[in-house]
Amino acid sequence: MNYTASPLAIILFLSFVATVLGISYHFARKTKSASGYFAAGGNIHWSVNGIAFAGDYLSAASFLGICGMIAVSGYDGFLYSIGYLAGWVVALFIVAEPMKRLGKYTFTDALDSKYNSKGIQLVSAISTILVSLFYLIPQMVGAGSLVTPLLGLPHWAGVVMVGIIVIIIVATAGMTSTTYVQFFKGGMLVVFSLTLVFLLFSRGISTAPDQGGDVPYHNFITLEASLDKTGKIYIKDPSYKILSQIDADAKGKKLHFIRLEKAGLPSIWKFNETKSLLEETLYIENKKNGEALYNGAKKEEGKFFQVGHMSEIDGKANNKTNTLNTMSFIEKIKNGTVVRWNKQVVATDDGKISIFYQNPTPGKDILKPGLKFKVDSKKGATTTDKIDFISLMLALFLGTAALPHILIRYYTVPSPACARKSTIVAIAAIGLFYVLTLYMGLGSMVSGVIDLTNDNMSAPLLAKSFGVTIFAIISALAFATVLGTVSGLIVAASGAVAHDFMDRFLGRNMSDHAKVKAGKIAAVVVGAIAVVLGILFKGMNVSYLVGWAFSIAASANLPAIIMILFWKKTTAKGVMSSITVGLVSALGLILLSQETYNNVYGLVNVTAPVPINNPAIISVPLSFLTLVVVSYMTQKKKERSK
Amino acid sequence: MAHGPATEWKKDKSSSLKELLGKWMFLLYTLVYAGFIFINVFSPEFMGIDVGSLNVAIVYGFGLIVFAIFLAFAYNHVGTHAEELLCDEEEVKK
Repeated sequence: MNYTASPLAIILFLSFVATVLGISYHFARKTKSASGYFAAGGNIHWSVNGIAFAGDYLSAASFLGICGMIAVSGYDGFLYSIGYLAGWVVALFIVAEPMKRLGKYTFTDALDSKYNSKGIQLVSAISTILVSLFYLIPQMVGAGSLVTPLLGLPHWAGVVMVGIIVIIIVATAGMTSTTYVQFFKGGMLVVFSLTLVFLLFSRGISTAPDQGGDVPYHNFITLEASLDKTGKIYIKDPSYKILSQIDADAKGKKLHFIRLEKAGLPSIWKFNETKSLLEETLYIENKKNGEALYNGAKKEEGKFFQVGHMSEIDGKANNKTNTLNTMSFIEKIKNGTVVRWNKQVVATDDGKISIFYQNPTPGKDILKPGLKFKVDSKKGATTTDKIDFISLMLALFLGTAALPHILIRYYTVPSPACARKSTIVAIAAIGLFYVLTLYMGLGSMVSGVIDLTNDNMSAPLLAKSFGVTIFAIISALAFATVLGTVSGLIVAASGAVAHDFMDRFLGRNMSDHAKVKAGKIAAVVVGAIAVVLGILFKGMNVSYLVGWAFSIAASANLPAIIMILFWKKTTAKGVMSSITVGLVSALGLILLSQETYNNVYGLVNVTAPVPINNPAIISVPLSFLTLVVVSYMTQKKKERSK
Repeated sequence: MAHGPATEWKKDKSSSLKELLGKWMFLLYTLVYAGFIFINVFSPEFMGIDVGSLNVAIVYGFGLIVFAIFLAFAYNHVGTHAEELLCDEEEVKK
């Protein structure tokens, strides 16, 4: 899709950035000590910290990734919302107050509070850095996705811009500025998401969505055709010239496409065997010389249009609803048919073609699991598919309470009671937002706003369909979302380097000033690495990438946190081994999974050695088991004889 | 360098009560969450059954979010009262 920047969007975006930098400058003068830099002096009010928690947590994955996934796969995307919110239950009931009691600046402090072990200091610092980096990747990818429609700049420019701004935020005032940036952004995000959903309900749903009259609806046509016994397609309309036929195999199912030309305009159509019709497709042709054609033309020509509509509402093909509400909006989708788009990649002599073809799906199927995650045996789900799904939900449940940038926020409030109260504020704000994601995602699905090249943009493009002002605000907020989350992650990583590794593991006994300086240098380095990774991972769904970060955090950190709090026989070596095994096993399983083979290494036709894509179901129990076994093996003699 | 808490406070006499309550509430929520996953995996068709204008999947999903918020407020209510009853005013900084 081709995007053009609007002056209002640019002005609002620059205002947000100026506000964020202003906050950083204001607090920079007050942030001289290590406590101020890494933990905001422990003086943040619980209500501010609670909304800042929401700001930290409602990252690019939540706003861009989940809405995008719901827009494409329906209810399955909402499963992420449910899992992400459920994770806060673990944080509140198990982790919040004890973490506050035990720690100082980083979660390594809490893990190591009983032991003063060099091993724990080292491995948990490494774990913090790795989890932060994995979580940084989707944020940076999200930043790149946003900057294109907002400012008309390429993906890499967005990633570099976020990197520079965040490094300035973190390097000037650390956790204090990060907290207030998060508070500002978290609150605004919830308020404007509510506004967007209200606008969506006001407009209702149409079978011919035209973005409030701004973008004419593309009326999809069909052509009569037939398929002979040899598999050759014939068309009846003589005004079309047949160029070639493309046959593809989609997981055992034969798909037939045909290239046509009319009045010099090329097009690709899919043959519908049931109806003996040719249906319009959208396609991207990537040639070996690097040239890319979108529906047969260059991207700038705008031939590759936005999609997403209902073909039937209440059983009628040409229909429009009145104003809807929280219940009737869901009901209209449930009782209708939504046209989703499947993708088929076909290799050609000159490169490859990605063909997006229509897949009318009953609303009942949109609103239950199974379009992305295979869970139904009747639809071919295997035991492995089901284990993979359970594994993802386990990672989302256990990962939240083990994320370094969430854990360090417990040190910014004055007491354990404040830690608890701020978690509750966070749960309320985040819970409300996640309910809204379902409406924003489904709204994108039926409003003709989906960019098939980048589903991450669904929510901002839904906002755009209501006018450039709300689009500019939502996009600027989404950008601030990325800025805030990245800032928190970089503070966590810099704390791990300066406090856990340099000061404690290496025993340098650094002064406050030296520690802050080391933290700032670490922030610059981590920020630079994040920029590079953000450019390399362009195009992947950000929520999916965050699932990996959750798996690693749940495997490496959570078993150690829980066992230290609730099992008195836990030893330093047990903790160290648990973190190491959790980290290595989760990372190893991800790197050898099918999704990584396909989407990261680009090995499309190669079977990966690990059949599941989400490792938590193996790596979390393994990490717990390691801790128990090693702790028993390393008990002091006196205790062992008891 | 010491690595104790960033701020100082006295012993919280209500911590064992809150810990116990937290464990039970966690267990309760975990069971409800596990039930959701179980139905998704072993009876996905059940998720599509109509519940008024919604279906089981939407009601259960929203229910998990609302239940988490409800438990959080209940936990805080009990926790705050326990702190007021069992701790001196200055023991737990508000």
